Amino acid sequence: MSSTLAIAGTEAQTGARGAISLSGITRIFAGTIPAVDHIDLEIKAGEFFTLLGPSGCGKTTLLRMIAGFETPDEGRILISGREMQSVPAHERPVNTVFQSYALFPHLDVEQNIGFGLRMRGVKSAERKQRVDAIMEMMQIGAFAKRKAAQLSGGQRQRVALARALVNEPEVVLLDEPLSALDAKLRAELQIELLRMQKRLGMTFIFVTHDQHEALVMSDRMAVMSKGRIQQIGPVLDVYERPRNVFVAEFLGLSNIWQITPISDHEAETPLGRLTISEMLPAARMAMIRPEKIWLYSEDAAPYGRPNQFFGIIREAIYMGAATQYRVEVGENKFVLAYDTNNQAAERSWRPGEKIVVELKPENIMLIEP
Amino acid sequence: MSGAVTEVALEQARQRRRLWMTSGPGLFWIVLFLLIPSLVLLGIAFMSADDYGAPILPLSLQPFQQVAGFSLLGWDAGNISILLRSLQQAGIATLVSAVLSYPLVFFILSRPEPIRPLLLLFIVLPSWTNQVVRTYAWLELLGPNAPLTWVAHHLHLVAPDLGIAPGSFAVTTGLAYNYLPYMIVPLYASAEKLDWTLVEAGRDLYASGAKLFFHTVFPQTLPGLLSGVIFVAIPAFGDYVVPQLLGGDKALMIGSLIANQFTETPDWPYGAALTLIMLVVTGLGLVAFRVLSRRLGGAEEASI
Repeated sequence: MSSTLAIAGTEAQTGARGAISLSGITRIFAGTIPAVDHIDLEIKAGEFFTLLGPSGCGKTTLLRMIAGFETPDEGRILISGREMQSVPAHERPVNTVFQSYALFPHLDVEQNIGFGLRMRGVKSAERKQRVDAIMEMMQIGAFAKRKAAQLSGGQRQRVALARALVNEPEVVLLDEPLSALDAKLRAELQIELLRMQKRLGMTFIFVTHDQHEALVMSDRMAVMSKGRIQQIGPVLDVYERPRNVFVAEFLGLSNIWQITPISDHEAETPLGRLTISEMLPAARMAMIRPEKIWLYSEDAAPYGRPNQFFGIIREAIYMGAATQYRVEVGENKFVLAYDTNNQAAERSWRPGEKIVVELKPENIMLIEP
Repeated sequence: MSGAVTEVALEQARQRRRLWMTSGPGLFWIVLFLLIPSLVLLGIAFMSADDYGAPILPLSLQPFQQVAGFSLLGWDAGNISILLRSLQQAGIATLVSAVLSYPLVFFILSRPEPIRPLLLLFIVLPSWTNQVVRTYAWLELLGPNAPLTWVAHHLHLVAPDLGIAPGSFAVTTGLAYNYLPYMIVPLYASAEKLDWTLVEAGRDLYASGAKLFFHTVFPQTLPGLLSGVIFVAIPAFGDYVVPQLLGGDKALMIGSLIANQFTETPDWPYGAALTLIMLVVTGLGLVAFRVLSRRLGGAEEASI
């Protein structure tokens, strides 16, 4: 009895309903460069997982292979512990929300949402009940009899999501589902999508090229480039401790320098000598996020701390909640810094003002080229 | 104020002139070759025939009685069955060409883009030859001594000594063959625009095989199909050459029946009445079809 439980316990790692395991996934299109290059990835059951990367990085191809629209040239895909090699798209326990929504134009909202249930032979009474329930949950009941062409972008988005969710799939695949919407609606739907996912507890795999969206929504994410995963981990880790230059630059602004380590806690950089908390003899590059840089007026800089530089504000871009500064700290040496405009903010700076910038040693991260 | 009014009036006059200049030639053509002949036909249909079949006065309803099957010898179902046979042959030919067109169109679309126009050309090319010549070729292929007929004999599908042609089957084959390009071209045009994401959405939502086709591909290609149906069904219904050459006496269709009234056994008023009835049937068919395609939704291309 106990041994059975133990087995069930280990099984839960990769075999849980909604867990996905990819190993060695490779897809090479007619050319020579792989679109997806030996990707290993474990996605936990019930997780909101984001594949983030620029267009052409292979994230959509990877999603399409999980959906079954593409066949990997190499590698294995397991969904809920089951091998998907020989399972065609229409038999996989996943549903997709397409970038273009792909609503059937000849069917109304109700019929679109009920399509999957109908194809699986769910009786019309039960079908109606489930469709009505999801329409109520998504607040689209009012458009039940409308055709897709008569809906706004946001409504279509909701219908597309409802059409996937009503089937209660083990995994929901979302291919840039919000990219066609305006900023405000997009922000609303991000939150709605997230609430829906937490409420239903389904695994969501979300593809986007928008770093902000990825940060807002995901539990964990994988940053992809050129068919490979550059970094994978919880959102906070990936943002705060990017592994390499690509990840650092793709996830927001950063100050990046080449460095030459000279002691356990010190390195030569183009800015000058910097104290860095976590130092490695082999380190070649370092970065710091603009919001981690402290700005002081010349007379207010705390005394005796390392990594302080005199500088002149060269550019101040007011962005509402924060202001972005470009500070010249030496001839042609610039530092990018953010200062939030909250109550505690001492003041804002104007171009030409002399200030002191401080880079705290623990906020400087070593990265790979 | 009055200056603005004259300006508007002048502009309207200019637009009217432009309208007449652009649509004038077309209107002239329609009036000369469609409207006037149809009116002449309408007139002739209500006249009597002389001994040589030429139209003479007095006006008479006899031609229409003849169409309905009444003659000196009493009522005969011949004409009704010819009309029904014509509808049936046109229907089957349309169905056959539609069924053949789908795989062909998707085969062409599956080829690399640069060679697709060439493949389409191969389909259209035969119709550059005269229909009579092509139909004669079928007569050879389906005639009494042709290999296909020999196979049919052995399967006891055709009586010994007879060919597949002449006969109904040969007429259907000939019609479907002749009008196939008119189905393929509009179907190709709409299949080319097919949104494959919808097909993927169908697969994603558990559809496969025939279900997938009828729920995702078919609705999208419906406009092209409906256009094709009109392009095939109407000319096939009134076709003269194919039933004449491949049909023999037993497979007489309305086109041949009409032709007979102006050639072999002349009776112009009767022929004119038949033609009118055929036009009315075609017109009603088009109207019914239009209603149907509206009901099916989004078939703009088919609205003739």
